[in-house]
Amino acid sequence: MTKAFRPATSAAPDPVPPLEAGRPAVELIAIDKRFGTVHANRGVSLAVARGTIHGIIGENGAGKSTLMSILYGFYEADGGEIRVNGRPTPIRSSADAITAGIGMVHQHFMLVDSFTVLENVMLGAEGGALLKDGAARARRELERLASEFGLNIDVDARIGDLPVGDQQRVEILKALFRHCEVLILDEPTGVLTPQETDQLFRILRALRDRGVTILLITHKLKEVLAVTDHVTVMRQGAVVGDRRTADTDAAELAELMVGRKVRLDIDKAPARPGQAALMVENLSLIDSRGVARLSEVAFALRSGEIVGIAGVSGNGQSELLEVLAGMRAPTSGHIRVGDTEISAARPADPAGMRRLGLAHVPEDRHRLGLVPGFAAWESAVLGYQNDAALGGRFLLSHRAMQQRCAELMRDFDVRPPQPLLGSSKFSGGNQQKLILAREMVYGPRILLIGQPTRGVDIGAIEFIRREIVAMRDRGAAILLVSVELEEILALSDRILVINQGRIVGEVAGTDADERQLGVMMAGCAPDQPPHRASGAS
Amino acid sequence: MSARPGELPRWIDIGLLPILNVLMALMVAGIIVAAIGADPLSAIGFLVQGAFGSGYAWGYTLYYATSFIFTGLAVAVGFHAGLFNIGGEGQAYIGGLGAGLVALAFDHLLPAPVLLPLAILGAALFGAGWAIVPAWLQAYRGSHIVITTIMFNFLASALMVYLMVDVLIDPGQMTAHSRAFESTAWLPSMREALAWVGIDMPDSPLNLSLLWALGCCVLVWLFVWRSRPGYEMRATGLAPRAALYAGIRPARVTLLAMAISGALAGSVGVNEILGLQHRLLLDFVAGAGFTGIAVALMGRNHPFGIVLASLLFGALYQGGAELAFEIPTITRDMIITIQGLIILFSGALAYMNRPWVERLYLRLRADPAKTEAVHG
Repeated sequence: MTKAFRPATSAAPDPVPPLEAGRPAVELIAIDKRFGTVHANRGVSLAVARGTIHGIIGENGAGKSTLMSILYGFYEADGGEIRVNGRPTPIRSSADAITAGIGMVHQHFMLVDSFTVLENVMLGAEGGALLKDGAARARRELERLASEFGLNIDVDARIGDLPVGDQQRVEILKALFRHCEVLILDEPTGVLTPQETDQLFRILRALRDRGVTILLITHKLKEVLAVTDHVTVMRQGAVVGDRRTADTDAAELAELMVGRKVRLDIDKAPARPGQAALMVENLSLIDSRGVARLSEVAFALRSGEIVGIAGVSGNGQSELLEVLAGMRAPTSGHIRVGDTEISAARPADPAGMRRLGLAHVPEDRHRLGLVPGFAAWESAVLGYQNDAALGGRFLLSHRAMQQRCAELMRDFDVRPPQPLLGSSKFSGGNQQKLILAREMVYGPRILLIGQPTRGVDIGAIEFIRREIVAMRDRGAAILLVSVELEEILALSDRILVINQGRIVGEVAGTDADERQLGVMMAGCAPDQPPHRASGAS
Repeated sequence: MSARPGELPRWIDIGLLPILNVLMALMVAGIIVAAIGADPLSAIGFLVQGAFGSGYAWGYTLYYATSFIFTGLAVAVGFHAGLFNIGGEGQAYIGGLGAGLVALAFDHLLPAPVLLPLAILGAALFGAGWAIVPAWLQAYRGSHIVITTIMFNFLASALMVYLMVDVLIDPGQMTAHSRAFESTAWLPSMREALAWVGIDMPDSPLNLSLLWALGCCVLVWLFVWRSRPGYEMRATGLAPRAALYAGIRPARVTLLAMAISGALAGSVGVNEILGLQHRLLLDFVAGAGFTGIAVALMGRNHPFGIVLASLLFGALYQGGAELAFEIPTITRDMIITIQGLIILFSGALAYMNRPWVERLYLRLRADPAKTEAVHG
């Protein structure tokens, strides 16, 4: 946010004059954008009617985020035109976008944790050298906006203390405070519980009813069908479909996105669980700041079954994976793998856990699963760099590593199948396939999987899920952590619900439903109210 | 998104860009030279002549370059592990002490073929030992290696002054240096070595350390890019969390990388003490440790680039001295300014030219290569 923006006052009139009905709020005409050899947007044209919720859906790498970044001024298009309210509007920076009345809520919030809501909203729009006057004006304006759109929030609360759903609301307020007429939301529901998602959708509908135009970027079909009025489907940088939401359905949209028919459900035979491969007893973890991340976690993971851990992100699932993978020592409790016992007194390390037959597909693919600066063939042996098959005692054989990578790529259909390409050059889905291939190739007895399909396109989701089930059928014990309830439901034989580091419930996979899990995820723990009261309801 | 700006090929990254940076630095230096009333072109002429104009000039240039190769490699090895080793100066100093102590202790007892390898090993071990302390402090106590290695430079300096003045001084001398080594501890000069094979070369400080430095380049390359520990080191440097995930112990990587880095820096002592001075004395490192940072930066932390950058800095040292001799208005300080400009342009401003070169390259390339986008 820069100076180009005018501070809001409650006295200011609506900055954009009312327009003839029917003229689109935003029009993108033949937008073209290349990054080197990658053609990210190919002549994309799109018209968004005023006062509607318009979904843009597509696989990862389909170009939807690039398109929105062009609209918001992060990138400049190589060709094409942007029209706002019918007027050609060159947008070269986010300041231009804000001046044109376009606001954006990013996937990762752009908030200062240690600032209050008020301070965050004012940031970049302080309205003068002294904060006092600006703050008073901003406070009045926020109160007005809150009552108009039902976005109630305590303006003096610190961002770090607010739940994710409220933080997102602050982002929306920030945009509205800057007189945004068009609001772009990039994958807004990735971090929300089902209930928070419902609340967000209520807010979006309220905004729409007051004339705000909303662009919703997502890869979740269900959400598009639930909340949008109109949907544009992108594939490989181009628009492949434009539908009224009422006239389409999930199957058609999925087919448009992928370019072929997709099976969204997976065939899964009932589990035939065997011996317990991994036993967790009274596992607790207290972090360096004294916060309990895991409390008395206990469960058994048997071979031949998939156990799903359902929970809103940040409730201890990441820590659980890290402790089980040997990356962190527990504060108390035990983990038993076969005859080996791991505890605070006898901690494990990731190399030791791998030797016990435990493989780990980490949640954070970019920072943990791969080394972005490595070529694919180097990342393809990460964690197994001491495998004797990959070279001599001291030196690694590049040929053996590249050979291994090529085999993994072939078996898991990683595209493009080029071991020499940089790890970070692959799309999310292909990176994930490469990591899965790497972790599965040694036939582990225990497989920990975090967020197997986050940021992964539909075609790859189908493949990855089938591989996970196949791994189970070969007798592996699989622990699955995902914030996508739909994924937990689709894959798990048993579901454990985690809240604030505690396992608060267990449900058999066949009996579970989303609503019931959502309630458990949100607040079974007695010390936490289910949700901050919100004005939306 | 899979869409990312294309990367530059290596010949631009480690070839064209550094040359552009040096040319820009020389242009600015030329403006300064002109401003003080000297002729930039003749200045450049004297500089090049002074650095490469004769066998004698080459000898000096390569002698300086030898020390820079060692310290440049030291910085590069640390860099690949994500560690910024500022302590090359102190490690080189202590490395020289190691070589000198071995020489002083055994030069009456052992023949050269046994003594010299021992002394070379002494330099490496002392340098490594001096670097391992800050490494241990970072790995297990969390003190930052940049701060501690800087402090260890001062410690090394103080320790050497004490040792040279109070302990190792040649009795009856006014200056603080040890007795001269017996010739068994003299690393043959390049002139002697070439004379064995019948080549005549003028006398210069250049000695066989150059071959050891080039050997170290190959060893570093093998270690960093080919070995298992080198893989672990690079993974740690590029993505510490991913390395942890992969079962690589960061503390061990820190210790190993700094030990190697210190051993390389310590090898400056081979060049200076065994190769040239043949006695222990004060301040023989003369800034080579710090120049190593610029050399590594310019050489893109690759042994090949480091050799080229060392050659450039060696030429600047040697040619600069000749230049100051030939044109009196250009003083020693002026030479330091030129070196500073080159460090500035190839280090701090290294990415200044990159954006437009990248755009130009992509534009030239985009048309013929309409390759298919990398999509999932």
